[in-house]
Amino acid sequence: MSTKIEAQELKEKDPMYSLGRKHVLDLDDFSSEELETIFSSADAMAEVMSRDIKKVPSLRGKIIMTLFYEPSTRTRVSFEQAGKVLSADVINLAASASSSTKGESLINTTRTLEAMGADVVVVRHPHSGAPYLMARYCDRLRVINAGDGRHAHPTQGLVDLYTVRQHLGDVSGKKVVIVGDITHSRVARSNLWGLLAMGARVTLSGPATMIPMDLLENSGTYSKNNNKGIGDIEIDTNLDRAIDSADIVMALRLQLERQELSLFPTIREYCKYWQVNETRLAKAKQNVLVMHPGPINEGIEITSAVAHGIHSRIKDQVKNGVAIRMALLQELLLPKTGDDV
Amino acid sequence: MNIPSKQPMRIMDEESLDRALTRIAHEICETSIGINSLVLLGVHTRGVPLARRIARKIELSESVVVPVGSLDIGLYRDDLSAGYSPSLKASKIPELTNKRVVIVDDVLFTGRTIRAAMDAIIDFGRPQVIQLAVVVDRGHRELPIKPDYVGKNIPTSVDQKIRVALTEIDTFDAVELKEDIE
Amino acid sequence: MNKPIVIRGATVVDPAGPVLLKAQITVDEGKILAVKEGSADSVHEDAIIIDADNLTLSPGFVDLHAHLREPGFEDKETIATGTKAGVAGGFTTLCAMPNTNPATDSAAVVEFIVQQAKKAGNSRVYPIGCVTKGRHGIELAELRELFDSGVVAFSDDGTPVWDSHIMQMALLYSREFGVPVTDHCEDLQLNQGWVVHEGWVSSRLGLPGYPSSGEESMVARNIALAELTGGQLHLAHLSTAGSVDLVRLAKARGLRVTAEVTPQHLTMSEEWVLGSETADHTQALTTGAYDSFAKVNPPLRTKKDAAALLDGLKDGTIDAIATDHAPHCQTDKEVTMQDAAVGFSVLETAFASLMGLVHKGYLDLETLIQRLTTGPVSVLGKQFAELASLNPGTPADLVIFDTNEQWIVDPDKFYSKGKNTPLQGKTMTGKVKLAMVDGKIVHNDIESGGFG
Repeated sequence: MSTKIEAQELKEKDPMYSLGRKHVLDLDDFSSEELETIFSSADAMAEVMSRDIKKVPSLRGKIIMTLFYEPSTRTRVSFEQAGKVLSADVINLAASASSSTKGESLINTTRTLEAMGADVVVVRHPHSGAPYLMARYCDRLRVINAGDGRHAHPTQGLVDLYTVRQHLGDVSGKKVVIVGDITHSRVARSNLWGLLAMGARVTLSGPATMIPMDLLENSGTYSKNNNKGIGDIEIDTNLDRAIDSADIVMALRLQLERQELSLFPTIREYCKYWQVNETRLAKAKQNVLVMHPGPINEGIEITSAVAHGIHSRIKDQVKNGVAIRMALLQELLLPKTGDDV
Repeated sequence: MNIPSKQPMRIMDEESLDRALTRIAHEICETSIGINSLVLLGVHTRGVPLARRIARKIELSESVVVPVGSLDIGLYRDDLSAGYSPSLKASKIPELTNKRVVIVDDVLFTGRTIRAAMDAIIDFGRPQVIQLAVVVDRGHRELPIKPDYVGKNIPTSVDQKIRVALTEIDTFDAVELKEDIE
Repeated sequence: MNKPIVIRGATVVDPAGPVLLKAQITVDEGKILAVKEGSADSVHEDAIIIDADNLTLSPGFVDLHAHLREPGFEDKETIATGTKAGVAGGFTTLCAMPNTNPATDSAAVVEFIVQQAKKAGNSRVYPIGCVTKGRHGIELAELRELFDSGVVAFSDDGTPVWDSHIMQMALLYSREFGVPVTDHCEDLQLNQGWVVHEGWVSSRLGLPGYPSSGEESMVARNIALAELTGGQLHLAHLSTAGSVDLVRLAKARGLRVTAEVTPQHLTMSEEWVLGSETADHTQALTTGAYDSFAKVNPPLRTKKDAAALLDGLKDGTIDAIATDHAPHCQTDKEVTMQDAAVGFSVLETAFASLMGLVHKGYLDLETLIQRLTTGPVSVLGKQFAELASLNPGTPADLVIFDTNEQWIVDPDKFYSKGKNTPLQGKTMTGKVKLAMVDGKIVHNDIESGGFG
């Protein structure tokens, strides 16, 4: 039997819920208003996290399942913590503990989780697009993408955008430099869409081998009209030039095994030209923010001095991880009425 | 009184609202518990400026600075049909343990918001007493909750809407009654 | 024992002659007896009469490239189901690719395939033999014996003959056979881990890409080796504009090089993977994105590539349309893009897809029929000319189709076991109504009232 489901209108708009969406698969379809809703909610969640009693009942009775086919510490833990602080039941399924090793397809696993009453599944998968496949087979279940292959990591993107917003307020018109292996970075992709939605100017830097061919040649076609103006993408493989007057510098983790694929000749050469260090940072704006999605190879893509220096917002990124995921779960799972009662 | 109309009917104007708040401020001060340990907690959104106004009045008459907090009950709603403010606001709560806490809100209706507010307060500490001040009590309670201080009792039908407009948010002060005939 | 068959009223499109209107075609003893324009002479009273008013008749289609999966992968397709799908799609001859298990690298497997095809009694099946033993690319298969047992080409399809020396030897060894060495042109170093075409869609989706150069470098290598050896080279499923240019150049220099293109590479582009043919850079993805049913090897390329392939098809650079029918089980496809099997079930949609090009005015019907009949036969060699002929005395392999009938693709109705098509739910125009092999009706979708 053919069971392929016709392409659905995405991320099926659901006016009953606070965010007009069913799934969170990437940031590419988030409006700046939607981002603002989550950020404002995250402020409230940050307050909850500062209490002695870190527990509120808002998601009581909701079941959140995390399904990780790749190892992860901080993303999974921050989702688990977020769910628990909001009183949801969080069930962690490790890939080894799930039936994928017994050959069960992702689709059947999705159907099983839905049948077991999960309200939302938080999935990480080494293959780009896996959450989209799951979403096609969900009836009531919602899917949150916690990282798929090299495609997207929308919640890390939200964390980064929220951290930027905390320090700069309006991101519109700000220059953001993302440096590293863009091709293989799901964080870079998600940040890109979020930053464009908020009207930032994004410059991607790194060796040409680490920038998708299409972006190298056609970056202009990705610029996105939006109500805050026009977000732009520029490519500049010369970091010394790209970093000039930057408001934000995001360094990406260098996957050291990529050297075997000849994406860069040596770590030494990579550091020489693309490391975020104090000398380079001096060319950016005086109050530049330095960010890194973690885990960091200190002394490689970023020096220790910069990673722990006054410009670094890396600790805030970690801290904001829980509040953002709380906000996302809350806004995704709870209906709104808007009326006073 | 219940004349169907698209135009809201003005129940209180700026002056009568101010008088009601002054009276509430006095009543809060007149109880035997005293105001030394008093904390006012405004419920988002309109309870917050109301709490500030009451605190100001107490400060003027008693020369005591009363701590004011703000409370978003969005995370404490009792079920899916309860009001969930589309954008959650961060709560700002002063020390509550062993304090006399007065919850301040604009309209008291089913009582569910206040139930949620009490749950929230208990997560922050153990007040000596919790009281409730509202500008309008419109009836139709669904929980055993009774206000300690009321600006005005306004009998309504369930379909009607009460709106407390405040300069801080709405650019003018008034209480209006509206038929829900949208 | 067989009664004569008379087909009346059809428009005849035969690459060997002019278009005939309202023609009458008489078939007897499995052979074409006569093809005449205008209404009939007297008809034998026992004859079966097929009323083909408003329908078009041509020689049966010949597919140089079909995966029938048997032996070894009978869950995906069998020779019986594949050939039934073939005739339903108008293909009266299928050349069966050797990536079976065991691979078609011995006379025994060739014999098995021929026997299975006879038993099924649908289309003709000509096996293609392996270039290398087990398709491992290490040592030559017994090419001479394979040729003597009846293979019509050699190929390691599914994988390229990646060792240039082996390819050189295969072309040289077989140059006198009069059958081609068909290479699946893919540079395995440039294509590591590929899932889709290297382009804007791969960038957007974060999927490893297969650049056009991954095909073109192998096309260029093969052409150089054809020149070196004088061997007969056929290039499978070209997918890029650069490949077309290379072949055009090779033909201009008189090399023995032929090429094929699939309906999918002519009519579809990389955007199909997004679940929306019209998606562009600025749009958000939908849940329809990452459509593993649109994953194929070579991958769907750009719209420019498709246009260049069409130009190559029209000017004769590309000799034939071949389906690369690649049936798979749903479980091979309903997985992530990276895990998904490559290929489409094509036989039953090919003609309608191609008629789409005709209806849009991109291709004329005569050229289309030529590339489905005498085009592929010319790749196989003169000895196969009868497969695509309506000349009196030749075997009656023919197809009747309605160029205007509209239908919706429902894979559940496919005869093929492979329900894997990205065209599910699409409305197509053009339908095969009847197919005949050796004078025997092997597929009939004409209203029963058509029989006299």
